[in-house]
Amino acid sequence: MTYREAIRRALRTALHDDRVFLMGEDVGMYGGSYAVSKGLLDEFGPAKIRDTPLSELTFVGAGIGAALGGVRPIVEIMTVNFSLLALDQIVNNAATLRHMCGGQLSVPVVIRLATGAGKQVAAQHSHSFEGWYAHIPGLRILAPATVEDAGGMLLAALDDPDPVLIFEHVMLYNAEGDGPETPQPVDIDHAEVRRAGRDVTIITYGGTLGKAMTAAAELSADGIEAEVIDLRTLRPLDDETFLASVRRTHRAVIVDEGWKSGSISAEITARIVEQAFYELDAPVERVCSLETPIPYPRHLEQAVLPQVPAIVDAARRTMQADV
Amino acid sequence: MSEYRMPSLGADMEAGILAEWLVKPGDTVHRGQSVAMVETDKGTIEVEFFDEGEVDVLLVEPGTRVPVGDPIALFHHEGEEPSTELPGAKAAPAQGGEPLPPPPYAEPTRTSTAPPPPGETNGLRASPAARRRARELGVDIQQLRGTNGVVSLAEVEEAARLQTEQAGKPTEGGQPAGGKPEAGKPQEGKDVKRLAMRRAIAAAMGRSKREIPHYYLETTCDLTDTLAYLETFNRNRSVRERVLPAALFLRATALAVREVPETNGFWTDDAFRPADHVHLGVAIALREGGLIAPAIHDADRLSAGALMAALQDLIGRVRGGTVRSSEISDATITVTNLGDQGVDKVYGVIYPPQVALVGFGRVVERPWVIDGNVVARRVVDISLSGDHRASDGHRGGVFLNAVARLLREPQRLMETIQ
Amino acid sequence: MNDSAATLPADDATALGLLEDMLRIRRLEEKAAEFYSAGKIRGFLHLYIGEEAVAAGAMRQLQAEDSIFTTYREHGHALLRGMSAATIMTEMFGKVRGCSRGRGGSMHLFDASLRFYGGSAIVAGALPLAVGMALADQMRGRKQASACFFGEGAMAEGASHESLNLAALWNLPVLFLCENNLYAMGTALSRSQVQTAMAERARLYGISSESVDGMDVAAVHDAVGRAAEAVRSTGRPHFVELRTYRFRAHSMFDAELYREKAEIEEWKQRDPIPAYQARLEAAGRLTPDVVEAMQQRADKEMEAAVREADAAPWEPVEDLTRFIYTRNAAHERHEREHAGEHAHDVPRGDTPGAANGLAR
Repeated sequence: MTYREAIRRALRTALHDDRVFLMGEDVGMYGGSYAVSKGLLDEFGPAKIRDTPLSELTFVGAGIGAALGGVRPIVEIMTVNFSLLALDQIVNNAATLRHMCGGQLSVPVVIRLATGAGKQVAAQHSHSFEGWYAHIPGLRILAPATVEDAGGMLLAALDDPDPVLIFEHVMLYNAEGDGPETPQPVDIDHAEVRRAGRDVTIITYGGTLGKAMTAAAELSADGIEAEVIDLRTLRPLDDETFLASVRRTHRAVIVDEGWKSGSISAEITARIVEQAFYELDAPVERVCSLETPIPYPRHLEQAVLPQVPAIVDAARRTMQADV
Repeated sequence: MSEYRMPSLGADMEAGILAEWLVKPGDTVHRGQSVAMVETDKGTIEVEFFDEGEVDVLLVEPGTRVPVGDPIALFHHEGEEPSTELPGAKAAPAQGGEPLPPPPYAEPTRTSTAPPPPGETNGLRASPAARRRARELGVDIQQLRGTNGVVSLAEVEEAARLQTEQAGKPTEGGQPAGGKPEAGKPQEGKDVKRLAMRRAIAAAMGRSKREIPHYYLETTCDLTDTLAYLETFNRNRSVRERVLPAALFLRATALAVREVPETNGFWTDDAFRPADHVHLGVAIALREGGLIAPAIHDADRLSAGALMAALQDLIGRVRGGTVRSSEISDATITVTNLGDQGVDKVYGVIYPPQVALVGFGRVVERPWVIDGNVVARRVVDISLSGDHRASDGHRGGVFLNAVARLLREPQRLMETIQ
Repeated sequence: MNDSAATLPADDATALGLLEDMLRIRRLEEKAAEFYSAGKIRGFLHLYIGEEAVAAGAMRQLQAEDSIFTTYREHGHALLRGMSAATIMTEMFGKVRGCSRGRGGSMHLFDASLRFYGGSAIVAGALPLAVGMALADQMRGRKQASACFFGEGAMAEGASHESLNLAALWNLPVLFLCENNLYAMGTALSRSQVQTAMAERARLYGISSESVDGMDVAAVHDAVGRAAEAVRSTGRPHFVELRTYRFRAHSMFDAELYREKAEIEEWKQRDPIPAYQARLEAAGRLTPDVVEAMQQRADKEMEAAVREADAAPWEPVEDLTRFIYTRNAAHERHEREHAGEHAHDVPRGDTPGAANGLAR
């Protein structure tokens, strides 16, 4: 089963609930810009699968308003860069309403966004803004990295009474993996150790989990056993899992497709330094995207993104091994 | 008399300059009427009156800067006495009213630039983990060499391990570290040795708790019949020949080790290495503090009587300072018996690189159910601290049960060894 | 009295009620200004004085099952929706017994049980919410209006165009109520927008639209009543422009450099309260003693509200992390440890999502 198929199955399961509907640009007749919702219009009809005008601000806001009205909207934003057009509604309404009204309301809206680079779609379709959104109290930020999480997180998000943003990495839609035949909600409170190891902790999420796992396999061949942690939920951040690992390995490498400055990788670094400083046996290493907009040509795009050799080198540096 | 105060027109307004009075003493003022023009950072604003009354005194001249909340005029309501007294040159803020919140921003205080941090003294750096562990273990980082100029955690721990080995070895005088100092030795020498002993214990126990994933099991064993047997055995024997329960504990442990060899040996280089012999370490407290756990060699080949003798001999030599170095380093499993201290249960810390420690509490009379009746029985709590890398709870349980079972077989424990 | 003025409501309860509604708003706003000046109310305070006819005329036409979204100049709307003056004043004082636990203040009055979804302080920020609420109503088969008040300044925001389009496109029961007071803070409508006829703009999106004199409470009452009924019966959006004027500055700390005093004085001649009062008196439906009694009731109500607000407790700082997430592990721990301590401070609707039918 692919990541895309897992999301579609979860959507199908969810849409059988009367209150649930999907809306977004080209989710219906076109089948979804990444074909996630292909076939759902025929199955569920136009009242449940709603093609919207190109009005991110309003259809996201309408999702929030509809959630206030007792239904369960799933809003698809075609690509993460377009979500910036809806930032006002996400930050000023979805994240704040519950607080501003003193707890009278919940905003159970689910927003799905395609994130990340690798498809050569250049600087307005390829960025990774999940770290930005993770800055905002009131939002829950999910980044499924596996096929199981891709579907399971969507169902768990629908069970959550608060606004949830799910960042689906564009390079994962075709990824194959194990997923349950009948989609099940998964835990969305905790990070997961995807590979156990004693020497160095590699902390990552979403599109870079696969690269981290490949790097760990390479390191293992040299006798360095890396523990790989998939954050899964970027807010609220489960720091206990990665701190416990760093306390065992005394070394940390953070892999994040976002830029370094003011990023989730910076936040994780800060938490390690705040809470596990005396456990560190080497400086924290970060492997992030270079600080440029994402370029179009393949060789430049790949040069910007975190890659396996850079992760391996960073892990070796923490081991004081020759790189 | 009532006061009219400089109003607060915004959270960021701290004061206003009274630009112009729109009323004069004797004027009747109504709710909503503008009484003055006040200059603010945002421009000149008419300030209004929220009451009904007659103006008595204008306290502030135009052009005066007045903090928010300070009185700027006095007035009286209809039917009240007009205010006649003029306050002092500067009107004091009214008493009793709730003060306005302080301005949100305070001018930052200028401070001189901090002096540059002191440079590295010797060019050697240590990781935070290495520094902390070095402090815990009493390792002097300055004495370490580092790798690529950085002292790592592993190097500190290796240094600590070497120190522990040094500390555990007999001193030149044949005396273990921390042992009884010779009479007449200067006091500093005793303190130094005591410190070394503590550090050695700290290093070993610290390492144990850091590295060994301990699991703990305990059981309670009914000793009533065994003790009765022992009393009969001891009845016609001299004090020197008598066998105490402590010896039975050692004997039962040594025999149980044979049944579950995973508890006997060492964890080194990421693997468990079972020992060929059963050298039973016995934790012995020193009178001046600290403890050592020298071994009774081949304890499984000694009868209860022989173990009793070996135990007495060992205690005497520990206290006398003549423990052999092989006895210090050879133990393959350790027994600690704190029953004499009135302890009920022991949750011991394993001596690395050993993989198990057996603890005995005191023998005590407790209510016990036999065939549905509550009776008084003499029992002991036995615990096993096991290294989960070397054995699992299941095998540990088999071992602990074997100890308890053997303790209920006094004939077997007391039999002579061929 | 104006010849083109709308017909007075036939029944006295409504006709006199509209006057009293306006008086109550004005008195509430005057008290708010007074206690802002005294430092009891902080932050921004936007007063509705001059615009009372809009809220008074409109709110009376909204039914209990209609949803209401408003702006940061919403004290009057909240009051006429049925929130007590005390809970509003207490909110403005920032106290825990305020309608939003003091979390929101003057700009964020909420009462989910009254389907009053807040003052929003982002211009045009509530329009998409109202569209979404209407969508939920449509999906759930509810024949109700989702009413959204916003200023003419919001019509310069993209969100208003998107919302008008989406509401019309999907046939959503939204009642757009544009309070055109001619100034977006200090920027005059004519200085910021080319098409200044708001109703024309809505018409371009195929939305049935009209423009009324927002200083005439009877006209507002009539127009909004017809529009609200049309929304409920057709399920389609309607738009009403309410031409009005604020007599006070945009907020308290405003030197009003952007408009002439003469202009303000000119509009004050059309103050909706005396104008309407005069019409009622001329029609022989009101005597001065009735007005006096209304004034006294409003005075007493607002003075009591201030006393209650002043006496109300503050929210304990330890509660600060409540109501960020519905499921809040850290807070739940705290609550278990302090079970019952603050129970008396918790307003109704405290169950997570109870108000939007999501109690779990």
